[in-house]
Amino acid sequence: MRVRVDGDKCQGHNRCYSLAPELFDVDDYGNAHELNDGVVPPGLEEKARLAAANCPEYAVIIEEDA
Amino acid sequence: MTGNHPPVTDWSVDFDHADPTYAADPYPIWEEIRGRGCPVAHSDRYGGVWFPATHELVSEIAYDTERFTSRSVLVTEGRPLAPAPQGIAPPISSDPPFHHGARRLLLPAFSPKAIEKLEPFTRAYCHELLDAVAGREVIDGAVDYSQHIPVRVIAKMLGFPLEDADTFRKFVHDVLESVDLPIERRLENFLELDAYLTAQVEDHLAHPRDDLTSFLLDAEMDGAPLQPEHVGGTIVLLLLAGIDTTWSAIGSSLWHLAGHAADRQRLVAEPELLPLAIEEFLRAYAPVTMARLVVDDMDFHGCPMKKDEWVLLPFPSANRDPAAFDRADEVILDREENRHAAFGLGIHRCAGSNLARMEMRVALEVWLERFPEFSLADPAGVQWSGGQVRGPRVLPIHVG
Ligand code: HEM
Ligand code: SF4
Repeated sequence: MRVRVDGDKCQGHNRCYSLAPELFDVDDYGNAHELNDGVVPPGLEEKARLAAANCPEYAVIIEEDA
Repeated sequence: MTGNHPPVTDWSVDFDHADPTYAADPYPIWEEIRGRGCPVAHSDRYGGVWFPATHELVSEIAYDTERFTSRSVLVTEGRPLAPAPQGIAPPISSDPPFHHGARRLLLPAFSPKAIEKLEPFTRAYCHELLDAVAGREVIDGAVDYSQHIPVRVIAKMLGFPLEDADTFRKFVHDVLESVDLPIERRLENFLELDAYLTAQVEDHLAHPRDDLTSFLLDAEMDGAPLQPEHVGGTIVLLLLAGIDTTWSAIGSSLWHLAGHAADRQRLVAEPELLPLAIEEFLRAYAPVTMARLVVDDMDFHGCPMKKDEWVLLPFPSANRDPAAFDRADEVILDREENRHAAFGLGIHRCAGSNLARMEMRVALEVWLERFPEFSLADPAGVQWSGGQVRGPRVLPIHVG
C-alpha cells in the first residue's frame, strides 16, 4: 500500500500528521507530505486508512497494491 | 444574546442567527431546513441573508472564492467599507490573490511544531485557574475556566500585557456577539478596540521584542513592508478569532462530558482517546459559522442571490448533516471517519487550528486529571452565546 498527499488540495488541517506521524510530515506552512515515498510499512495500513478518512479536503490518497 | 430583532417565526424565510431560540437549540432548525426541498433558508434581515444547511452546499461555497467574497465574514446590518481583495482583517477578509501571501506570513507561527512550545505554559495556566477555585463544589466551566485559556495564550504570543485579559474579552463580545446592535454602536466599539491596539503597536515600535506583534511590524510581503492597516487588521483578527472560538470549543466539550457520564468515564479510563474525542466534539459542537458576500447577482441552485447579500457558512450544520456523517446527531468519541469542517474548508482553513487543538487537549487533560467526576450543577441554567460563535457562556459544573 502507498499513500500520497495531493498538494493542490491539502490546506494544512494536519489531521494526517497527527493520526499517522509515521507516514506524514508537515512543513512550516502546515502543508503535509508523505514520508518514505509514500510506502506504507506492514502493520500501518490501518493508520493510513484512518488518515485518509479524516482529511477534510480529501487530499490523502491511498493506492492499494494490485 | 442581545435580542434587538423581533423573534423569528418562520426559519425558512425569516432566518436570524442572532435569535435567542437559535442560540439555545439550533439543531432542530438545521434539521428542518436540511429536510426541505431546497435546503437554503433566506431572510430579509441584515439586508439579505442566505443560509445553506447541507455539507455539500457549505463546501461548494467555501471553495468558490470567485462568486463569494470574504470581504466580510461577520453578518451585520451594514456592509464592510474596506475594499477587496485585502479587506479589514487579512487574511480572513481577503480574497485571492492577496489572501495567499497574507496567510502564508502567519502560518509558521502556528505550525504544529511552533505550537508545541506553548504547551507547558498553557498547562501551567490551566492548573493555576483550577487552583484559584480549589475547594468549591460548583465551578463555572465557562466563566472560571474556558474563557481565560485562549486569552492568556494569544496575549503571550502577541506580547500584550497578560493582565489585560478582561479588556480583550470585552472587545470580543462587542465585535462577535453583538451583531444586531445598530451600526453607530458597533462603530464606537471598534474605535475603542482601535485605540487599545494603537497603544500596543506603538509600544512594540518603541521596544521591539520577540513576539508576533514585532514579527508582523517587521514582516514583508512581495518585498515591501506590510501596510499599517494590514498589521492592525491581522492583530485584531488574531485577538478575536482565537478567543471566543476556543473558549466555546472547550466549554462545549466540558458541557458534553458533564452531561454524559459514560463518555466521561470512558475518557478517564482511556485518556489516549482524547485526540479523537476532541475531533468529535469539534464536529458535533462546531462553534464557528462564517459568512461570505455574494459578488454578483446570480442563480445558485435555484436561489436568486443578489449582489452584496450575505451567505452564512454554517460549518456546525454541515457537521451534523446525515448525508455526510453516519449517525450525525450522535457523539461517538472514537468516530473513525470524521472529515468535519469545524475549522472551515479550502483556502481559509483556520490558521490557528493547531493552537486551538493544543489548547482544547491541554484544558481537557488538566480538567479530567483534577476532576475525574463531575456533572452539570444546573442543566437548565446553562446559557449559550448567539451570533456566529456558539458555546456555553454560563456553565455551572458540580465537582465536589
Ligand atoms: C476551536 C477553535 C477555533 C475554531 C472552531 C476556528 C474556526 C475557524 C474557521 C471556521 C475559519 C475559516 C474562516 C472562513 O472560512 O472564512 C477560521 C479562520 C481563521 N482562524 Fe480560526 N478557529 C479557532 C481558533 C483559532 C485560533 C486559536 C486562532 C489564532 C489565534 C485562529 C485564527 C484564525 C485565522 C487567522 C483565520 C483566517 C485564515 C484565513 O483566512 O486564511 N482561529 N477559524
Ligand atoms: S489532513 Fe489533509 S489537508 Fe490536512 S494536512 Fe493532511 S493532507 Fe493536508
